[in-house]
Amino acid sequence: MTSLKGRDIISIRDLSKEEIELILSEADKMLPIAEGRETSEILRGKILATLFFEPSTRTRLSFETAMLRLGGGVIGFSTTEGTSVMKGESLSDTIKVVEGYADVIVIRHPYEGSAKLAAEVSAKPVINGGDGAGQHPTQTLLDLYTMKREAGGIDDKIIVLLGDLKYGRTVHSLSYALALFNTEIRLVSPPSLKMPEEIIRDLKELGAKVKEYTSLKEAIRGADILYVTRIQKERFPDPTEYIKVAGSYRIDLTILRDVKESLIIMHPLPRVDEIAPDVDKTKHAKYFIQSFYGVPVRMAILKLILVG
Amino acid sequence: MEELRVRPIREGTVIDHIKAGKALKVLKILGVGEDHENIVSIVMNVPSKKMGKKDIIKLESVFLDKETLNKIALISPKATINIIKDFKVVEKYVVEPPSIIIGIVRCQNPRCITNSEREHVTPKFTLVSKEPIAIRCHYCSRIMAGEEIEKNII
Repeated sequence: MTSLKGRDIISIRDLSKEEIELILSEADKMLPIAEGRETSEILRGKILATLFFEPSTRTRLSFETAMLRLGGGVIGFSTTEGTSVMKGESLSDTIKVVEGYADVIVIRHPYEGSAKLAAEVSAKPVINGGDGAGQHPTQTLLDLYTMKREAGGIDDKIIVLLGDLKYGRTVHSLSYALALFNTEIRLVSPPSLKMPEEIIRDLKELGAKVKEYTSLKEAIRGADILYVTRIQKERFPDPTEYIKVAGSYRIDLTILRDVKESLIIMHPLPRVDEIAPDVDKTKHAKYFIQSFYGVPVRMAILKLILVG
Repeated sequence: MEELRVRPIREGTVIDHIKAGKALKVLKILGVGEDHENIVSIVMNVPSKKMGKKDIIKLESVFLDKETLNKIALISPKATINIIKDFKVVEKYVVEPPSIIIGIVRCQNPRCITNSEREHVTPKFTLVSKEPIAIRCHYCSRIMAGEEIEKNII
């Protein structure tokens, strides 16, 4: 039987389809508790350490909420200011100390591979809360959960990934997971920010149908899910080029005229100009509920890791 | 017959078919340096029918284990090892890249945790492909290939 008890969650690629489905169905059970309609003490006496070597409000707060909702306790830091890290302590040493205080550790760190190193050092399970430009598996799990709840499932869906597909770690992890679900993945990005060839090759090998589009309008026709990511200004040496590109991929009411009734729009947030504020009021907009789903998904992960 | 540039050795290890120009890097990988006491002959850019040009190294009275010698495949995948005893080749094989590479190559990703001065983590890679050679960092998953590997030999 599939079990995640005692497991580290470092990269989405460490999880099988069955394990992902287990987390998503456990998240369903957590929903009433996450909404505050029911209470739970299932993690009473357990302690989560949140070690945030760089700031992140959403990930840290939703992990802390998840733990508190299940009756557990939380320790940790949200900045290295005033910690022994400032005195020059290595990550390995910090982890060895903290594993003595907690039952499970969430880490966000600016270096890629840091969570993997932490997991090797720690005897307690480690969850990767984002390692630089590397992995952020719980973001992918909450994205998948949003699709399951709001698009009526993931299998066989047509998903458009829009924005910075070259550097965006969110879309890389997400596309690997989507490939496990027999989906059609449509890629739309500025030419300079295309999905790396080796990732496209991997996705096809995993069984996904992958198509690249230059026209957003064409790509969203018939699609079930539109996943929008931020295009960072810093990626463009020429600011006028950025304005041109950002404008041509902006989601507004006009572009949404020809889409499927049931299309859902997702965004990992924060957004800047990618989605016009008018779109928030449409039934397509699911990015705020997506951010809330981080709580039941992280509750499910903590529960499955700590009690099975 | 062409005159021999380096005389045959009585016993030891001959590394042949090294990619031209890589002999010094091979010695570095094998840890043969200043404190090595036995005779070492190096010939570089020797004409070769198969490779155009090649390098050869002869390590007299030295027998290295296969695991150490296989590291050579990271920079010269066609290198052949000849174990010599009493002027005769008693064993001959082409190097095979190791499936796990520990402490030989540095990750080229400056943001990889193994490059954080604070951590003292030994770099570790897994082999992704033999030909052309490509390896993946165990920590940050970055893939390095060909010359990138060579440039980052520790």
